Amino acid sequence: MTARSDGNPQVVLLARAYGRTVEGPLLVASDGFSPRYDLDRSTGIVTRRAHSLFGEKLAGHIVAFPTAKGGVAAGWAFFDLQSRGLAPLAFVFGIANSVMVHGAVMAGVPIADGILAADWDKLKSGMWAALRPAERQLAIAAR
Amino acid sequence: MELSVQEEQMLAGQCGEGPQWAMGYQVAVGEYFGAERLVPISNAHVVADMEVMGEAGLAFAQRLVDHGAHVVVPTTLNAGFTDPAHAAALHQDLALVERQAVLRRQLAALGVMNVDTCINYQSVYQPHVGEHLAWGDTGAVCFANSVLGGRSNFEAGPAALAAGITGRVPAFGYHLDQHRQASTRVDVQVRLDDYADWGALGAWVGRQSQSYWEVPFFDGLAPKLTRTADQLKHLAAALASYGSIALFGARDVTPEWAAMNPAAARRTLTVGARELEEVYASFGANQAGADVDLVVFSGPQQSLYELGRLASLLEGRRVHGHTRLLVTTNHAYYQWAQQLGYIRTIEQAGGLVLTGVCFYLMTIDRLQRENGWHTVVTNSTKLANIVGAYPYQPILRRTADCVAAAIAGRLTT
Repeated sequence: MTARSDGNPQVVLLARAYGRTVEGPLLVASDGFSPRYDLDRSTGIVTRRAHSLFGEKLAGHIVAFPTAKGGVAAGWAFFDLQSRGLAPLAFVFGIANSVMVHGAVMAGVPIADGILAADWDKLKSGMWAALRPAERQLAIAAR
Repeated sequence: MELSVQEEQMLAGQCGEGPQWAMGYQVAVGEYFGAERLVPISNAHVVADMEVMGEAGLAFAQRLVDHGAHVVVPTTLNAGFTDPAHAAALHQDLALVERQAVLRRQLAALGVMNVDTCINYQSVYQPHVGEHLAWGDTGAVCFANSVLGGRSNFEAGPAALAAGITGRVPAFGYHLDQHRQASTRVDVQVRLDDYADWGALGAWVGRQSQSYWEVPFFDGLAPKLTRTADQLKHLAAALASYGSIALFGARDVTPEWAAMNPAAARRTLTVGARELEEVYASFGANQAGADVDLVVFSGPQQSLYELGRLASLLEGRRVHGHTRLLVTTNHAYYQWAQQLGYIRTIEQAGGLVLTGVCFYLMTIDRLQRENGWHTVVTNSTKLANIVGAYPYQPILRRTADCVAAAIAGRLTT
């Protein structure tokens, strides 16, 4: 962890992970995610009013969602978002689906999933996080 | 992953840059999910559309064309964002429509069949039991896995395209017996009369099953209920939409239902009239009399039988002056429906039948702004779910009530 974090980091184990190591502020949702169902893809802002991240911009964050929702749009959508600088630093899911992984790999955005429920509860928006896919670890610390 | 000699050659670039990209991408995804090998597929179904690809996706497709890439198994295209014949009248972005034409030429050059349908399982190809596929469109995957006994994961656009190019997919998830086991038993204790009821069942169960790895198993769908392909289509589309569910089982419906071991399911859910009403209540309860500016039959595209039913409900009637009625289907069903007089009947009533599109793909944020639409009345729970990401108020009603709302220009129930 870098100077952006404060205190001792906790390490959360991941069942699956892909991509390079990244770190940044954590944005944690309490509900699932799909770029088709929840996101204005022209701005990268969550626009579903009922979503816990309504109004939030994903770019610049490691974003965490408990589940993946619905459709196949993520495959191209993440690639398009990345090309316009609107993709998040990384995706972390409690449980992902195949489409989120297809999309993240296509876009070159790190992704991980498979977090125990007890560990999920440790993730809070505003924390500083480092995703280390090669080690299947997410380090988190208060800021 | 263990690769065959041919797969190694693809990965090394000995078969061209297209297969090299495709195999490298598939190996990365396969290793993520712990796949041990790839499995041959009989066909692929690709989502590729300017609404979601953007210029980056278009440039990527062009690179594949430039490298001479070509699919090696039959590969079909999903529904798209525009019916060019009606794009201007609906105030779609005509520059984007032109880019879509470019994309379609690219896809044709790659060998993709531009059939523009999300109901390929009804109109193009029906896999047999155990057949491995690489399909996009989640509703199509759920139907193929659950009703026909095919085997596919949700394949995103580039993933299905890669599969078409290599003729293979990584063997994980719903390609494997170990994941095709019931996790939740659903006891259905309510009569399902309308497509919207079947969708409401899928929506309610999907909301309780927020995981790609959940496999609900339905008891009570047979033999006391009819269960047509169109009804199961709405169930599959809703389960995939609300729960990201790729496979359900149903006693005496799913070919392999007995092998899904429903008795070992971890939990049981019971669905009665109250649960169905809960879904309807979440999409426009107590609004009888409210003005309606848009009624849509789409998501999935309408089958020939659904078009015939709509024609019979609209025969001799007229859609209200301030209400728009949109229907989407594919090119094949449109031609048959035209031959059978259904299109003329729907159009004489004031409805518009669009081909090759699904409403939620039609850049609906722009359509909302340009056409001043606010409410969407539909019998599709999938559509009601998706339009919630935009400034629409989704209202779910049964088919005849949707038609009645279109005629009256207001909600009648």
